[in-house]
Amino acid sequence: MTVLAASGRVWQRNWLVYKRLWHRSLAFGFLQPVLFLTAMGIGIGALLTPASLEAFGGVEFIDWLGPGLLAAMAMQTATFESTYPIMNKIMWGRNYEAMLSTPVGIRSIVGGELAWGAFRIGTLATIFLVVLALFGIPRSPMAILAIPVAVLVGVAFSACLIAFTATQKNDVGFSAIFRFVINPLFLFSGTFFPLTQLPDELQVVAWATPLFHGVELIRGAILDQLDPLAAPLHLGYLLLMFGIGAWLAERNLARRMAD
Amino acid sequence: MSSQQSLVHARALTKRYANGFTAVDGIDFDVRPGKAFGFLGPNGAGKTSTMRMIACSSPVTEGTLSVIGMDPRTQAREIKAKLGVVPQHDNLDTELTVRENLEMYARYFDIPRDVANRRTDELLEFVQLDERAKDQVEPLSGGMKRRLTIARALINDPELVILDEPTTGLDPQARHLLWERLYQLKRRGATLIITTHYMDEAEQLCDHLVVMDKAKIVAEGSPRQLIDQHSTKEVLELRFTDAVREDLNGQLNGQLDGLADRIEELPDRHLLYTENGERTLEQVNLRKIPVESALVRRSSMEDVFLRLTGRSLVE
Repeated sequence: MTVLAASGRVWQRNWLVYKRLWHRSLAFGFLQPVLFLTAMGIGIGALLTPASLEAFGGVEFIDWLGPGLLAAMAMQTATFESTYPIMNKIMWGRNYEAMLSTPVGIRSIVGGELAWGAFRIGTLATIFLVVLALFGIPRSPMAILAIPVAVLVGVAFSACLIAFTATQKNDVGFSAIFRFVINPLFLFSGTFFPLTQLPDELQVVAWATPLFHGVELIRGAILDQLDPLAAPLHLGYLLLMFGIGAWLAERNLARRMAD
Repeated sequence: MSSQQSLVHARALTKRYANGFTAVDGIDFDVRPGKAFGFLGPNGAGKTSTMRMIACSSPVTEGTLSVIGMDPRTQAREIKAKLGVVPQHDNLDTELTVRENLEMYARYFDIPRDVANRRTDELLEFVQLDERAKDQVEPLSGGMKRRLTIARALINDPELVILDEPTTGLDPQARHLLWERLYQLKRRGATLIITTHYMDEAEQLCDHLVVMDKAKIVAEGSPRQLIDQHSTKEVLELRFTDAVREDLNGQLNGQLDGLADRIEELPDRHLLYTENGERTLEQVNLRKIPVESALVRRSSMEDVFLRLTGRSLVE
């Protein structure tokens, strides 16, 4: 059995568990963006004056916000899937110990989990895009590119968080990650307001963080505003993050499981 | 014995952890096909570390180890394909049903679906869980979970089954049922490696035993051989009231002197190793030693362990 085939088995195990609740998960995946867009897009957006809308590049607030939320959803789903469930499979449920007694190896486990994350985020991003279409937000068929970009954002975060989780002996570190990494990224990556509102120094910091690049790409694709110069940089950042994360995830998990 | 004839062949096998602790210190052993091979020893003796090296889940630090004729360092995947592992702590997939646990495990071994289905049916019947096939794992009793873990370990029709403390934590009834299933497995010709700190388990199940203590093998043989070599035929256990113990203080041992081949003094009782326990008890009574209670029994692995290490097996 190849590493790839074994990754498929790890993926299949997650599918076996998920397929009992898929309808619930998909319904939630639909409801969440509808609620957010209604509350923030229509609710808050209606309060903005034409002058203040200029900061959003001349589009309605809801059009600007929607793609940002899609990117943030990819990050949050990846975070949720790569912390407690992975910790469970390492320590509490010992799933990986059981898998490692079979020809399935560490690389296949990491590969299978990342493929699972890609699948989950891919389906949620598709639903999200459908919701955006219902609100009339996408400008062109290019918007479909938002799905693979969201998947890339997701697996980049997943890989790094699996690498982190593999080093943790309990779940205390997770709340620090949620509070000090995920929440600030959620708020300050150009999701809710343009980074031009921030002081220059903070704008530089935002450029160094990952979600910002995902937001830029996804918004660019959906609003048909991709910048041909900046887009490859955003993409390169996320690909590099994924590569380093995946390498660390395999290394850290191998060390952890050999304990 | 050459390494070709043994399923597991170890020479000077050593496991040292990163913190410098030596868990297994240069042990030699050979596991022959079709036999039940036991590692007996207290917690921390190095049994689990040895098992983990055989199962290719922990790297060998030094020495030679071959498993089913292969090298765990380079052929872990091939070895694992032919092993069945029952770990010390249950690691069943609690998000799947009983049946799914076996079917999914078969997928990890790349077993074709039709074969996997057939084997799942057979194994559920073998471990008497066919009626629980559709249930979740969590509500099962400890004994049932262990049986399911054993069924899971057999899904790939392994050449060698490794069981790390298979009955620890189970009630007596569940243990006997499990022993009976393992005995059936042995009769079918499976090779088993079992670790245990229960002497009765070792005596019941194992054809050949090594006794481990402090990372080393201190004795080796069949249960009968080990008892013959390291203990007497019978043991007379004497208990004294605390008052008597205090009264006689140091004199108690003097009074018992010469009554047995060897006397072990435990916190709660004295063990007199002798060929004939009843006769020794008569002599104790003749000497008018104020015994609270007396018991004559046959020597067991517990006595062997006590003799070899000066300590009890289960502390």
